Amino acid sequence: MAQPVYEHIICDPAKCTGCRLCEYACAMVKTGKFDANLSRIRVVRIEPITMTAIACRLCADAPCIIACPRNALSRSEKNGVILVDQDKCDGCGWCIEACDFGAIVLNPETKNAEICDLCQDLEGEPPCIAYCPVEALSLGTPETLRQKARREVVAKLFEELFKE
Amino acid sequence: MYAYTGRILHIDVTNRKTSIQRVGPDFIKKYLGGTGLATRLVYDNTPKGCDPLGPENALCFAVSAFAGTTVPVGTKHGVAAKSPLTGFIGDSLSGSYFSEMMRRAGYDGIVIKGQAPKWVVVFIDDDDIQFLDAAPYMGMNTLETQRAIRERLGDENVRVSAIGPAGERLVRYALIDNDGRQAGRSGNGAVMGSKRIKAIAIRGSHPITVADPKGLMEASLRLIKASRGPGTLKYRTLGTPANVLNLNKMGLLPTRNFQETVFEEAEKVSGEYLHERYHVKSVACAGCSIACEQWGAVKEGKYKGAMIGLDYEPLFAVGPNCGIGDMAAIIRLVQLCDEYGLDAMSTGVVISWAMECYERGILTKEDFGGLEPYFGNDDAAVELVRRIAYREGIGDLLAEGVKRASERVGKGSEHFAMHVKGLEMPGYDVRSLKTFALGIAVVARGADHNRALSYEVDIKGEVDRFKAEPGRGKLAMEKEDFACILDCLVLCKFLRNCFTDFEREVAEIYTMATGIPLTPEELKQVGERVVNLKKAFNIREGWTMADDWLPPRVLEDPLPSGPGKGVRVTPEELRMLIQDYYAARGWTPEGLIPKSKLIALGLEDIAEEIGVEEPVAAPAAGEA
Ligand code: SF4
Ligand code: SF4
Repeated sequence: MAQPVYEHIICDPAKCTGCRLCEYACAMVKTGKFDANLSRIRVVRIEPITMTAIACRLCADAPCIIACPRNALSRSEKNGVILVDQDKCDGCGWCIEACDFGAIVLNPETKNAEICDLCQDLEGEPPCIAYCPVEALSLGTPETLRQKARREVVAKLFEELFKE
Repeated sequence: MYAYTGRILHIDVTNRKTSIQRVGPDFIKKYLGGTGLATRLVYDNTPKGCDPLGPENALCFAVSAFAGTTVPVGTKHGVAAKSPLTGFIGDSLSGSYFSEMMRRAGYDGIVIKGQAPKWVVVFIDDDDIQFLDAAPYMGMNTLETQRAIRERLGDENVRVSAIGPAGERLVRYALIDNDGRQAGRSGNGAVMGSKRIKAIAIRGSHPITVADPKGLMEASLRLIKASRGPGTLKYRTLGTPANVLNLNKMGLLPTRNFQETVFEEAEKVSGEYLHERYHVKSVACAGCSIACEQWGAVKEGKYKGAMIGLDYEPLFAVGPNCGIGDMAAIIRLVQLCDEYGLDAMSTGVVISWAMECYERGILTKEDFGGLEPYFGNDDAAVELVRRIAYREGIGDLLAEGVKRASERVGKGSEHFAMHVKGLEMPGYDVRSLKTFALGIAVVARGADHNRALSYEVDIKGEVDRFKAEPGRGKLAMEKEDFACILDCLVLCKFLRNCFTDFEREVAEIYTMATGIPLTPEELKQVGERVVNLKKAFNIREGWTMADDWLPPRVLEDPLPSGPGKGVRVTPEELRMLIQDYYAARGWTPEGLIPKSKLIALGLEDIAEEIGVEEPVAAPAAGEA
């Protein structure tokens, strides 16, 4: 599986409560409507308590780019997001099949593939992060995640040491 | 219209006929959605005196104005019908993606009547209504049913409301489950079962548009932030079980069927204990920023593997109230109730009544088919839950609810049948909560904390909770109206402390979402209107003053211990409080609603049907 190296939206499944506010917010910001099916971040809730949110992981060697028969997908040099060329994309859905994470949306209205672009054109935090009530979402890479995990485990160790 | 669709779907499962009723902003604005709109639909679609478990009863769903939007805790719906427990209005609330899908399928409300010749699953796929054979799902528990139907239809986006074995067998307090959230109280699961509907599956493809997206998004973000403040801290960390220790300290925790109000093992069934030893995850309802549901899992012992999201009310009912102080047993019992599709509150209070009958020798080991359900016997409780769900042996009697069961058994067991109007009591002993005692005596749904809400003023110490005095009628009324507004919108009650100017802020958000102008005064009036509407329904269905009353135990047995030792609600006190309340409402001393009142509330058609002429006031002395 292709390893992501660029910063992308990461969800902490331990924190995620499955509320789906991130979906509602993303859909509204991107389409002007509340339609979770058009959200570029999707929440998977395997009842009753297993849940997490998934958006584009900006994989290196992104299989979606390779799969697109019309060369409609390319990578932004600035921050690595997958760009969709609206004119070339005809909504055939090959990229969707290629994505291991189900992170690509096919908008039935525009007949275009739509992918998380980290809301780079907006000021401030991406809306999904801003609307997540429990700070389950953040921008990160596997490396930042590893660092965070190490910090947290050490903090916990110390807490327990001092509790004794 | 924005947010709303202006469409009510009518389904008759007898002959599989469906139709669409159009409703305009003027109509919808009067009831908003949720329990308000659902109650109006019940009023309009049930003939007077209908059998709650007969084909004529209308099972009505109504969506929140905010369903599927970023307005936190607004993705909810109300479910109402004539209650098989009380014979009066039975309205419940639930929050899940079912609500969102109802709106996205194109409906503000759904009215289901009739009785299918064979068990069906009603599948509402936008405008296409299908009736699927329910045979493969019969006998499945609530969650299994939802999963299996989703699998069969091959789409995760299908949301399902289902009944379990209890609903199939018309247990009078059976519930409807969707995504593990329940429309719990008052037996709507039995109503669904009586129509031979195992489940309602729904899929909607329409997006939801709102009048002022930018304004609504900003307001939502503000509310999300506010909902993470100190006002909800308790719910976010310990959930509602945080109440256990506090209520125990105040002598309010119903113990062993309300014989006592201090439980010696409270520590072991507290929110803190749950959090430390069993907590696995906080889970949110749809679109909820608070996530009060605290999931607990049992990792060892005889209940190993049991797991459930635990709330205070079910916990009190099957725990302390049955003398059970083992958290693992409580988790298992509530899980069983959810899976069988039983309201855990009613189930707990029915079992505690049965336990007291057993201890007093009114019912014997033989009656219980070999069980010995003394207080604290969790094995017996587990088995009783099963027998109730399947109506086996004594379970058939208990499935009727505590009112009917005690009437049938007699021998003084009515004295400790803890219900109002047939609905089993919630987890606050009302003897030392005088405002709340009034609140649950008069509220239309029967003994219910969520509709009455007046425990707040007593517990927070805004009034002397031991004292019955004039003025409490007005307080009880205000709390009830406020709760009603939230239930109509719908917004979760836990959001209630997150506003600085509730009516103004909420009216604004409502207009941003729907585009329908609404003043704070109009919003306030919705609460009063819908409370009167529910009462009007009850009056139509034969309500008399005797129905606004409390169980004998509350009126005759003083509290044996705790801070309220020696306290009870005397009949004189209760009579005085009730008159005070009727007067505050502008009702007659007989508790009936004057025509003029109903007309002022915009319920002209109902005024004709059940309104009474106002008693002519005697001319003041000295007047010519
Ligand atoms: S960053 Fe923007 S596009 Fe990507 S998931 Fe979040 S809201 Fe959607
Ligand atoms: S908003 Fe946050 S908590 Fe809610 S579903 Fe999305 S990631 Fe999970």
